[in-house]
Amino acid sequence: MKKDEVPQDLGSLGKITKEVCYATDSTGKYVTELSTGWDVKTKALDVAWEDIAKRIATAKERVLNNHASPLLFFMEYRLMDISILADYTGFWKWQIKRHLKPGVFNKLSNQKLQKYAEAFNIKVEDLKSMTVHED
Amino acid sequence: MKIEFEHRQAAHCESGVTSNLLRVSSNSKITEPLAFGIGAGLFFAHIPFIKINNGPAIAFRTLPGHIFNRTCKSLGIPVIRKKFRSKEKAEAFLKECLDNGHPVGCQVGVYYLPYFPKEYRFHFNAHNLIVYGKEGGNYLVSDPIMENATVLDSYQLERVRFAKGALAPKGHIYFPEKGADITDEQIKQAIKNGIKKNVNSMLYIPGSFAGVAGIKSTGNKIKKWRDKLGLQKAGSYLAQMVRMQEEIGTGGGGFRYIYAAFLQEADSYLPGNQLADISVMFTKAGDLWRTAAVQAAGIYKGRIGSQEDFNTMGDYLLEIAEIEKSAFLALKKIKWQ
Repeated sequence: MKKDEVPQDLGSLGKITKEVCYATDSTGKYVTELSTGWDVKTKALDVAWEDIAKRIATAKERVLNNHASPLLFFMEYRLMDISILADYTGFWKWQIKRHLKPGVFNKLSNQKLQKYAEAFNIKVEDLKSMTVHED
Repeated sequence: MKIEFEHRQAAHCESGVTSNLLRVSSNSKITEPLAFGIGAGLFFAHIPFIKINNGPAIAFRTLPGHIFNRTCKSLGIPVIRKKFRSKEKAEAFLKECLDNGHPVGCQVGVYYLPYFPKEYRFHFNAHNLIVYGKEGGNYLVSDPIMENATVLDSYQLERVRFAKGALAPKGHIYFPEKGADITDEQIKQAIKNGIKKNVNSMLYIPGSFAGVAGIKSTGNKIKKWRDKLGLQKAGSYLAQMVRMQEEIGTGGGGFRYIYAAFLQEADSYLPGNQLADISVMFTKAGDLWRTAAVQAAGIYKGRIGSQEDFNTMGDYLLEIAEIEKSAFLALKKIKWQ
């Protein structure tokens, strides 16, 4: 890539910091050049977040239909799978799988709910009511 | 407490941290491309059966930690590294290092890294930054991908040092011990070692998931994605590949440009070995990776999407595999002058 071809499309990172690219100058020598972003990868990132948004919406519906507990919603919201959540909370994976059932979840002690709330960085009441505050 | 330390931005976090930590003892000679090349950073792997964020697990660089370790080892610099179970001990050790005047490298997760834009926060645990002091409640942080130095309070730093999930950092802290100054002779030898290691990892790992063979095999897989996954999911897979290839920290073209820059710098240490010519081949590979990314973007933007378009996409990777294969074979055949 030549130095004057380094893309300068404004991406989400570009608003906060420019990133270093390696490119060749007119003599063919490598130099660094700052880039504000490239729409090819901005779109790639958008695709990832659109997929996540869909998964969150599906999870929300499953919780509202009483097919899953709010854990599922917050797992999707925080991009966590069962093993990440197990690492953050200290629960076993099989326990989390049980807690994903609404009936089991509704009987969880406050102490256990607190562990989940901490992992998701939210409050216990928000966990129960599936409420999201933008952070 | 604040250690004399100058923040310098880099393309890639680990090679940037390595280069910045070695700046004093190397008298600024170990630049980011040199650290990347000596650490044999260039790679390709597509791990089967594993999914990351529900997409393919594709990497364009070697395993986290390797670049720092290999570079220091090749240059004969002793390394201190520690992981912790206890958060308190991790912070105590960090403070001790800072008190002794060592800026230190820390492996962190980016999901709860506050200065990162929200769009970039995934559960990715192999990010690296340097801590070089503490003022009041705040640690002074030099994150190589940021233009300026930044700060994290104790809780924020502890949170990212003890992020959970795959490759959990467990408070991983590392720094080179102060030793003798690095000589040009050592750098020359380290360059040769690094090239040799990278030739091995790109050409001679058995199986078809890694190295040049991995690029070829992924190229062939991509051609089948449209039928196998459906257009939408195939698009998401390609988007994930492009992110691994171009997102913050690769320097562009899936690290191929950094490697080309490394060979150019290596050429001035070891002239008469055609390193500059081989560097051009990596530039060509990097350019082709980016052309492939544009093609992929056409697919995930929904502009194109026929089987023919997927074939073109796959063929780009086959062509790249050929270029990188001949480039690494050329490196292998060097009789050092």
